Amino acid sequence: METVQLFVTCMAENLLPDVLQKMVGLLERLGVRCEFPEDQTCCGQPFFNSGFQSEGREIARRWMRAFADTVGPIVAPSGSCVEFVKHRYPVMFPEGSEERALAVRTSARVRELSQFLVHDLKITDVGASFPHRVACHSPCHLTRGLGVRTEQQSLLRAVRGLNLITLNESETCCGFGGIFSVVYPEVSQAMVEAKVKNIDASGADVVVVSEPGCLVNIRGSLTKMKSSVKAMHLVDILAQGGGA
Amino acid sequence: MKEPTERIDIRANVRNTSPAVVAATQNSTRTALRIRGDVVKAFGEERWQRLRQAGHDLRLHSLTHLDRYLPLLEQKVTAAGGRVHWASDAEEANRIVLEIANRHRVRSIVKSKSMVSEEIGLNHALEAGEIRAYETDLGEFIVQLAGQKPSHITAPALHMTKEEIAELFREKLGVDARPIPEELAELARQRLRKEFLGAGMGISGGNFLIAETGTLLIVTNEGNGRMSTTLPPVHVAVVGIEKVIPDWESAAVLLKLLARSTSGSKITAYNTCITGVREGGPKEFHLVLLDNGRSRILADGIAREALLCIRCGACMNICPVYNNVGGHAYGAVYQGPIGAMLTPLLMGTRIAGGLPFASTLCGACAEFCPVMIPIPEILLHLRRRFVEGDAFEGSSVPGLLKAAAWAGRRVMGSPSLYRLAGSMGRTLQAPFRRGDWLPSLPSPLNRWTSVRPFPAFKGNFRAWWRNRTAAQSAEERSHE
Repeated sequence: METVQLFVTCMAENLLPDVLQKMVGLLERLGVRCEFPEDQTCCGQPFFNSGFQSEGREIARRWMRAFADTVGPIVAPSGSCVEFVKHRYPVMFPEGSEERALAVRTSARVRELSQFLVHDLKITDVGASFPHRVACHSPCHLTRGLGVRTEQQSLLRAVRGLNLITLNESETCCGFGGIFSVVYPEVSQAMVEAKVKNIDASGADVVVVSEPGCLVNIRGSLTKMKSSVKAMHLVDILAQGGGA
Repeated sequence: MKEPTERIDIRANVRNTSPAVVAATQNSTRTALRIRGDVVKAFGEERWQRLRQAGHDLRLHSLTHLDRYLPLLEQKVTAAGGRVHWASDAEEANRIVLEIANRHRVRSIVKSKSMVSEEIGLNHALEAGEIRAYETDLGEFIVQLAGQKPSHITAPALHMTKEEIAELFREKLGVDARPIPEELAELARQRLRKEFLGAGMGISGGNFLIAETGTLLIVTNEGNGRMSTTLPPVHVAVVGIEKVIPDWESAAVLLKLLARSTSGSKITAYNTCITGVREGGPKEFHLVLLDNGRSRILADGIAREALLCIRCGACMNICPVYNNVGGHAYGAVYQGPIGAMLTPLLMGTRIAGGLPFASTLCGACAEFCPVMIPIPEILLHLRRRFVEGDAFEGSSVPGLLKAAAWAGRRVMGSPSLYRLAGSMGRTLQAPFRRGDWLPSLPSPLNRWTSVRPFPAFKGNFRAWWRNRTAAQSAEERSHE
């Protein structure tokens, strides 16, 4: 049986614990054993990307140590956190240092959930059923950062009864952008409103937003703009009607 | 344009931007992106990526070998009868141009579109010397007439509608203008004709400087570049030192990238190549090579790639931030993602430190950039310069914010403090909680909730995990 390490991300842990619980349920249903290194906190991205690089590096160092003695893929319900560990960690520490070597090893292990399902488990049909019209947002760090452009769609197409609908400008940023959303709230608002308009115009019942930051942004804005469309994480759908 | 000396306040600029400007901007960029998409698709995706890589590599080669190509360029220009001037900053460049103009008793000048002349505030300096400069690029002409500044590096009047432009022409030119682009262009052409014929000097920028032959290469779509550099008796080109490239093979690659990225065409309509003084052309050719901070940027191993820019404007067209704020919000000559890098590099983060934060790091610009500038990477580098300071500049953020970051690091860096903060969040949210949401939070958290509610802290994954693990082991034990 394959064993994975849960990379829960600070955002999902504190704001979307249901997503994590469903991710554990889904993985176990697919025969994967989950372990949870309890010393993990944040990967450091919010600090690093805000310009506080030394703080970000310090947190990254601790995060790596939490996973150092574990084995198997490190799986997260976030493309952004995975991208940070995958691409930033290896270049964060001095060349030739022990930490650099650990960062390189760790970065090779991280996977975003849909990546893990499609590429490691080689599964697109997880046996879920979800008879609704579903549109799919393409989070920036997942698509452009990790190059995961078709995996979510492949998984969704295999869901029973699911009608996958085109979302206009699905690859356009939703306006979250971490620190950006609070430094420039007005601009963030204009961006997320454009996103919500496209979601409403798509005719979908549900929009899949598989990135904690984008999900919190889009879900909140759908509520504020009184849209009838529900925002869900991919795992919310894949966990439905399970019987693989 | 006058250099701002105060901190650029994007939020204030955004508040002063009308929705009409944003709508006009989106309208123009949407068209630009569509035709760019078609022409790149026709070129072939894989071929395009190879061309981008070639463009990146040869621009980086040029940039890291300026010591070889700039002297070669000077030698070739001089041999062809041109005169090369070196300007270390804006002031020196303006002085050189003014001296040349005064020597020839020039009263009026025609200008081909030039970003670098905007960068150094050349029109302003000429006006101070009582010389009138006429912008001859249609967009620049419109913006100059309106007393505004360009809002896009290749489409300066992109923020205006044809109706507004017709209104402007009626008011300022006293002509009967209808909002029909062809007619407006014709009116501008008629108006500019006498300036072309009467100008004592033509000023241009330059897209590329080809070292092997000492050639200045200018691309325009309206032919005004060729007129400005051919008709008047004196031609002065002001060009940044980073624009030099080794040879014509390099130009062939870059012209393909530039035309497709800028205007969605296979080749720009007018490619004007000027090598020194030639028969039938201006009697004098001056090339002012401008540094203005470029050699300092070159010394910065990460930021130097911003100098690869060939000024195509594609990063602005694709940028969701640019498209929601318009060019003027960037408060400087260069806007959009390229502006968010160049402005703080040229003016310092004390003035422009907010610009690198005006990005969601979505990465769309980097995918579009024809010379593969790692834009998000450079923005992160400049955010760090602003916050922490580096070898080039000191930190510009208040100590309070640093203290908060230090405290944040302590919490996030300690599993027990991190868990404590999580449980505090779950407790402290109570007075603000309305069902699943925290609709409004006190300052500074209201910067989030003014836009959309914050989700309530719900559940506790760690507790769930522990209970579950305990239950599972209990079950396992009972089976034994």
